[in-house]
Amino acid sequence: MLRSLVLAALVAAAPAIAIANEGADRPPKLEWSFEGPFGTFEQAAVQRGFQVYKEVCASCHVLRHLSYRHLGERGGPFVASGKFNAASGGWEDIHLGPPHHGGRLVPAADNPYIRAIAGEAQITEIDRTNGQEITRSGRPSDKFVSPYTNPYQAAATHGVAPPDLSLIVKARANGADYVHAILTGYRAPPAGEGAPGGAANLSYNKYFAGHWIAMAPQLTQDRVVYSDGTQATPTQMAHDVVTFLAWASEPKQTGRKRAGFAAMIYLTILAGLLYVAYRQVWRDVKH
Amino acid sequence: MSGPSTYEPKTGFERWLDKRLPIFRLVHDSFVDYPTPRNLNYFWTFGAILTMCLVAQIVTGIVLAMHYVPSVDHAFDSIQRMKRDVPFGWLIQNVHAVGASMFFLAVYIHMFRGLYYGSYKAPREVLWILGVVIYLLMIATAFLGYVLPWGQMSFWAATVITNFFTAIPVVGEPVQQWLMGGFAIENATLNRFYSLHYLLPFVIFGVVVLHVWALHVAGQNNPDGIDIKDKSDTVPFSPHATVKDLFGTAVFLLMFAAFVFFLPDSLGHPDNYIPADPLKTPPHIVPEWYLLPFYAILRAIDFAVGPISAKLGGLFLMVGAIAVLFVLPWLDTSKVRSMRYRPVARWFFVLFVAVCLALGWCGAQQPDLIVAQLGGVQIKVTQLAQLLTAYYFAFFLIVLPILGLRETPNRVPDTIAKAIGEKKKTPVAAAPDREA
Amino acid sequence: MADSASTADTAHGGADSPEANRRDFIYIATGAVAAVGAAALAWPFIDQMNPAADTLALASTEYDLSQVPEGQQVVIFWRGKPVFIRHRGAAEIAAAKKDDGAALRDPQTDAQRVVQANGQPGKEAYLIVEASCTHFGCIPTFGGGPYGGWLCACHGSVYDTAARIRSGPAPENLKVPPYVYTTDAVVKIG
Repeated sequence: MLRSLVLAALVAAAPAIAIANEGADRPPKLEWSFEGPFGTFEQAAVQRGFQVYKEVCASCHVLRHLSYRHLGERGGPFVASGKFNAASGGWEDIHLGPPHHGGRLVPAADNPYIRAIAGEAQITEIDRTNGQEITRSGRPSDKFVSPYTNPYQAAATHGVAPPDLSLIVKARANGADYVHAILTGYRAPPAGEGAPGGAANLSYNKYFAGHWIAMAPQLTQDRVVYSDGTQATPTQMAHDVVTFLAWASEPKQTGRKRAGFAAMIYLTILAGLLYVAYRQVWRDVKH
Repeated sequence: MSGPSTYEPKTGFERWLDKRLPIFRLVHDSFVDYPTPRNLNYFWTFGAILTMCLVAQIVTGIVLAMHYVPSVDHAFDSIQRMKRDVPFGWLIQNVHAVGASMFFLAVYIHMFRGLYYGSYKAPREVLWILGVVIYLLMIATAFLGYVLPWGQMSFWAATVITNFFTAIPVVGEPVQQWLMGGFAIENATLNRFYSLHYLLPFVIFGVVVLHVWALHVAGQNNPDGIDIKDKSDTVPFSPHATVKDLFGTAVFLLMFAAFVFFLPDSLGHPDNYIPADPLKTPPHIVPEWYLLPFYAILRAIDFAVGPISAKLGGLFLMVGAIAVLFVLPWLDTSKVRSMRYRPVARWFFVLFVAVCLALGWCGAQQPDLIVAQLGGVQIKVTQLAQLLTAYYFAFFLIVLPILGLRETPNRVPDTIAKAIGEKKKTPVAAAPDREA
Repeated sequence: MADSASTADTAHGGADSPEANRRDFIYIATGAVAAVGAAALAWPFIDQMNPAADTLALASTEYDLSQVPEGQQVVIFWRGKPVFIRHRGAAEIAAAKKDDGAALRDPQTDAQRVVQANGQPGKEAYLIVEASCTHFGCIPTFGGGPYGGWLCACHGSVYDTAARIRSGPAPENLKVPPYVYTTDAVVKIG
């Protein structure tokens, strides 16, 4: 009786502790490839999402916890495999995608896609010989460049600092559904309703708490030209960028779930063996 | 309790060591040949589960300390670095964060077991009190640890709790500043919280040693609450209890692993993935789930009583909710230990568990949320919490003292062996070749 | 109970009975599975002390050699330690080659000092060595001294133009880190 009470309590308590999105609609529940215990990231979608981030979001939002080299990790947009040539010390047959059939994961430092992306970035550094600020092109080991010199500048430019996107999917209740809802949730305000205080920089968004968000709608039709020919509708772009951001919030999540699968199988076997051992030990004892 | 030692050193080395530091003898007497009641159920495996949780938290914590940076500018980033760049850092950090919740889940089951079966009653009063001390240390450790990631919840929960010290008259504010090392939660506070968070688990370990010592003096309680009379009531701890503990731990680990690998963020709060911002208060500040009942009691007092402000009153009752546990052995007047034989007490206990869960729910809600409407009267979360708090204290201060004197308990069997026999309605046929 | 114990010994779970074998098998199987799990559990705790991905990302440094004029050296950081990249003039190279057969404490030819990590010959004009004296690790300075190379002020070790130890207490030549020329002008160290 006690046991079933405890279990019932756990089940009942879970939704009760869920956090509500007050002052706004609940975001619609969508299907994502990365959700659930067997979720994975489709590399093409994460690549398209990265393109949307780079061309639409990066001018205002930082990716604080990511370095360019992370893009080459398993599950990432530019993971590439190839063959290592020991004679020349270089990599050959490099193609996008995780390793199959004898290929090896190309380290990010040698991954040409990542070197190209990093190389586009301009990194400011202090020259150790003369103390002056210099700029150099980025390397895979560098962190993603921030569009701002410091966070106060970010807040001053926009009224409120645009949040860091490297954890946005984890930092909001309903995660991916919420971010997608915000990106596609801009509507005309209800009749008679205007921005609080008549502020000109706020837009009406169905899913944002309080409804008035400081970010103007960004995902307009064909804002981005996808290199793989996919139609860049607002919903498509939102889907892709949220897939990328979900990956960015925890690049290791597919590995975590795979390890979990193995752990659960192992623990089930161990528990089964221990149960048999327990029954064996207690066989002749009345209890 | 267990009588004279039955340890016989077998090798020359064992004999030599036994004369100088009888550690093998201690292990043998406490964990090998130790007489354990035969009728223990799976609730008794939680001692081992808790030990596993404590060791897991200490080991993962020490490893995390190799990578964590206790500075307001770097704490949040160092944890992200752990999850993204440190080999297996994601696993160790997940185990530590989920492990705290699992630790509390196990301790609550362990404590409710103690309440139901009367494990706090004589001669186990000190054992129970040591347990409450461990629980208090766990709460302190968990609170300190939750501040370390320096997320929005970390910062604001710390701010709210340290603010409650100002409710204490006269010394409140100086004590608060002394605790924080400043005027607000900043670097000074983070550094000392880190130091104390590292220290307290080892204090817990020490008190656990005393707890197990006290247990072995009185011997285990059992689901029937009957004292051990002779050897037929018991089995040797190894292998009988050890294998059962291991099995129980394995099942617990299955649940633990399910959270670690598949639902690592479900027990936490999304706001803690936002770096702390002293200028922006989150819309709902809530502690972790295992502290929600106390949070509900704290907030339930929204009225002043004479010179005692609402804030101070809430603080009193929150502390009182744990303080009452210390004196529980003397509040319960029943001569019968286990609620298995106390049919009336059992229902009050079930209600008590429900009340604790409901208090937890209240702690997570906004205080002015309307729970029910009776005619024209609105019952808000605050009113419900007040009702539940009243029952919480009534259970300890009114129900248990009175019930022990009034209740007619069921007949308690004389020995554990008889209790087992009576439990099995049909007598177990002895195996044919055991017939004398 | 006592006499049934002896008959019970083999018939029901005694030391040599089939039940005993099954019982032992269960215990051994469980123990083995538990041991495997314990080892699998221990590995992450050991591996987490290995350099993390951000440290490993800085394990290689690239440098554009066209930035070093002839007769000059630069000091760059590789894996947190200083490395000399010296653009040698013809005279320095000739002096180094001349002593290839001399009595050296740590015999190496000049050609061996400018080999790439993949075994291919490098560029003899660019000498790349770790700026750490092999005695106790001080940073030597270039110039002066009888061999035209580096001098370590700490205990007086003297190196030649190929950074080989010629006199003083240091036991070995300045260490050449593994490097590869990714393009004609760019070297990747590590």
